[in-house]
Amino acid sequence: MHDTTGPPRRPGPYPLSRRTLLAGSLAAAGLGLAGCGSVADAASGRRALRQWNLFTGGDGARMVEMHDLYRREHPEIELRPTTYLWGIPYYTKFLMGAAGGRACDIATIHLSRLRGLGIDRLIDPVPTDLLAEYGVTEQTVLPNIWNNCLVDGRLYAIPLDTHLIVTYYNRTICEQAGVLDSDGRLIETTGTEDFTEMLRAVRDVTGQVGVSLDTYGAWNLFWSLYRQAGGDMSFDGGQVTMDDDRALEVLDFLRRLAEEGLAPTDSNGPATAANFTNEVAGLCIQGNWEVATFETAGLDFGMRPLQGIFGEPLTRGDSHAFVLPHRRTPDDAAVRAAVEYAAWMLQHSITWAGGGHVPAYLPVTEDPAYLDLRPQSDYRDAVRDAQFDPDAWFSGSAAPLQNDAASIFSGVFSGATTPEQALARFRQAAQQLVDTPSPV
Amino acid sequence: MTTHAGVTPAAAVPPAAGAARDRSPNRRRTSWAGLWFVLPFAALYALFLLWPMVSGLLTGFTDRSLGRDATSFVGLDNWAELVADPAVWSSLWNTLVFTALSTPPLVAIGLGMALLTDRARRVGWFLRFSFFAPFLIPVAVVALVWEWMYQPGFGLVNSGLTALGLAEVGWLSDADMVLLSVVITTVWWTVGFNYLLYLAALQGIPAHVYEAAALDGAGPWRRLVSITLPLLGRTTALVVMLQLVASLKIFDQVYLMTDGTGGPDYAARPIIQYIFESGFPSMRIGYASAVSYMFFAVIVIVSIAQFRLFVRKEESR
Repeated sequence: MHDTTGPPRRPGPYPLSRRTLLAGSLAAAGLGLAGCGSVADAASGRRALRQWNLFTGGDGARMVEMHDLYRREHPEIELRPTTYLWGIPYYTKFLMGAAGGRACDIATIHLSRLRGLGIDRLIDPVPTDLLAEYGVTEQTVLPNIWNNCLVDGRLYAIPLDTHLIVTYYNRTICEQAGVLDSDGRLIETTGTEDFTEMLRAVRDVTGQVGVSLDTYGAWNLFWSLYRQAGGDMSFDGGQVTMDDDRALEVLDFLRRLAEEGLAPTDSNGPATAANFTNEVAGLCIQGNWEVATFETAGLDFGMRPLQGIFGEPLTRGDSHAFVLPHRRTPDDAAVRAAVEYAAWMLQHSITWAGGGHVPAYLPVTEDPAYLDLRPQSDYRDAVRDAQFDPDAWFSGSAAPLQNDAASIFSGVFSGATTPEQALARFRQAAQQLVDTPSPV
Repeated sequence: MTTHAGVTPAAAVPPAAGAARDRSPNRRRTSWAGLWFVLPFAALYALFLLWPMVSGLLTGFTDRSLGRDATSFVGLDNWAELVADPAVWSSLWNTLVFTALSTPPLVAIGLGMALLTDRARRVGWFLRFSFFAPFLIPVAVVALVWEWMYQPGFGLVNSGLTALGLAEVGWLSDADMVLLSVVITTVWWTVGFNYLLYLAALQGIPAHVYEAAALDGAGPWRRLVSITLPLLGRTTALVVMLQLVASLKIFDQVYLMTDGTGGPDYAARPIIQYIFESGFPSMRIGYASAVSYMFFAVIVIVSIAQFRLFVRKEESR
């Protein structure tokens, strides 16, 4: 900030003229008015509903589409959605708003973050009777997802979807590589050897790499494979408890993929999508949210759940969910509007499903319109076994543990760190987080 | 936010009159009236600056969190934790390295550009405009433009390098390069401010001094070293101090250019970003306050050391 010494002023007293006083008080009144975010628009009698979200990608466009429909069906409500940048910027905004008790009426979060965001202090419970009134109950959501929304038996989140790590395959390339079956689906593989054999065949066609991976966001893939291998992780009793042998096995597998040229050594999120659309790779392992990108690129591609590489085909999942940020002054009407909105969004999540996420609301997933939605419905069953992140305040999407892991594991792909070093550093980083006094 | 503390050269000049004060009792009475005039300012100053400073210091001794209501006094726990926290020291180190790398070019290039402008009077307006223009661009735009320029493959810098037959550089993806990339961007962006201070000072050097020196047979180099640079001494002291403080406060460019990650392996994460991460996304207000005060102490020490250094120089002259 700069103090600029303005134009030279004439010396002497400044008489406060009536005009200046008037202008000043008008400006002050204007500021005061702008400061009160009026909850109900008195003039039109419409209720304002403020929603905050973090969808800047292809899913953001889907949300805008749903909001347009919501507005047409709810002329009495003035929906005011605000999109913030995914990750730390969004959560900063959310936390600060909720800490002041004056956030929005309803906000999206990652379910994996729910327990670390200040239950009861920053997030208010969802009135289940009200939610049931609008048609969303325990019976309309998969049990594993519903249970994740409960803290001490009380509901704090309304799950919109589950998103997974999936395998995308380019049909043209895979056909040439001979890894498609007669129905045009990617062949089944079991185990590491089978999988790498397939990658070699694909690599021989592309001439570059077999599979496109996000080497700067490898937590998702690591956690999926580590869970497949039977690994577990917990932070109870101030200790990092994990299965070192299994973790090493997985990290060494990732190292081998990069070393053999089957996967890139250096690829961030956007590059991972670009490598698949530019046919640098014939396969891509990434979150299901890239489907819109690939459809826009006009690729002939299919999707399937992540293969069982180290055992059962388990895959990391997380859910986007709606929460009610803490209110300093209770407002039942606002809560009702917010819950009604969330239920409406769940019931209309067929549009949302087009963006790749698997709807959490069961009636939508059983709808023929969803089953016809290909390739989006081809991996829906993997949701039942979705592997959520380990439970801790520092764990979950865009949380410190994931950021540290992503940073450390990127060296395994580039060859800068050995799997053993990476594991040691991950353990150290996790222990550091465990030793940090919990803020919740 | 820009990286400069706001002081203009004019503000650094002490008021000329003021040494000779009329000390008659009559005068003293009117000075009491003055108190009422400063009261609004003093009240706001106390409310919005002094109290937050005290409250921040006190918060550093608690476990205050955004995520829960209860706050308790934890004594020196936060301070013990920060001493043992490697992230504090690595990010403080990044801030210091950034300051050490960015300050010399920001001062030297600013001076060089000012000398050039002072010389090339005919195109002066054009140089003034071009050298100062980047400083007017908001940080978000600067970060975005440079992020694209640093891109591998199609980025301006790397495609230039490959066109010359050189190897690509991972400007933002290589842990050894990322801080240097931010330094380059920052120099380009903010050097205009130092340039302006130097230019103003240069124009304040009377022409007759140069004339006299020229008559005595001093060449251009001699005139630069023996007249221009010594007469710019005070400005240099000011520029260096402002620059050190501004560079120590590095945050915006790094945060934006690394998409909030702090670079590969946190190689460019400055201490302010770590304070921000501890305080807001991680909700630990108490701990973040303690780290802020540690950093505040560092800034004070650097400023005092620098001030001492320049004052001694002035005296020895």
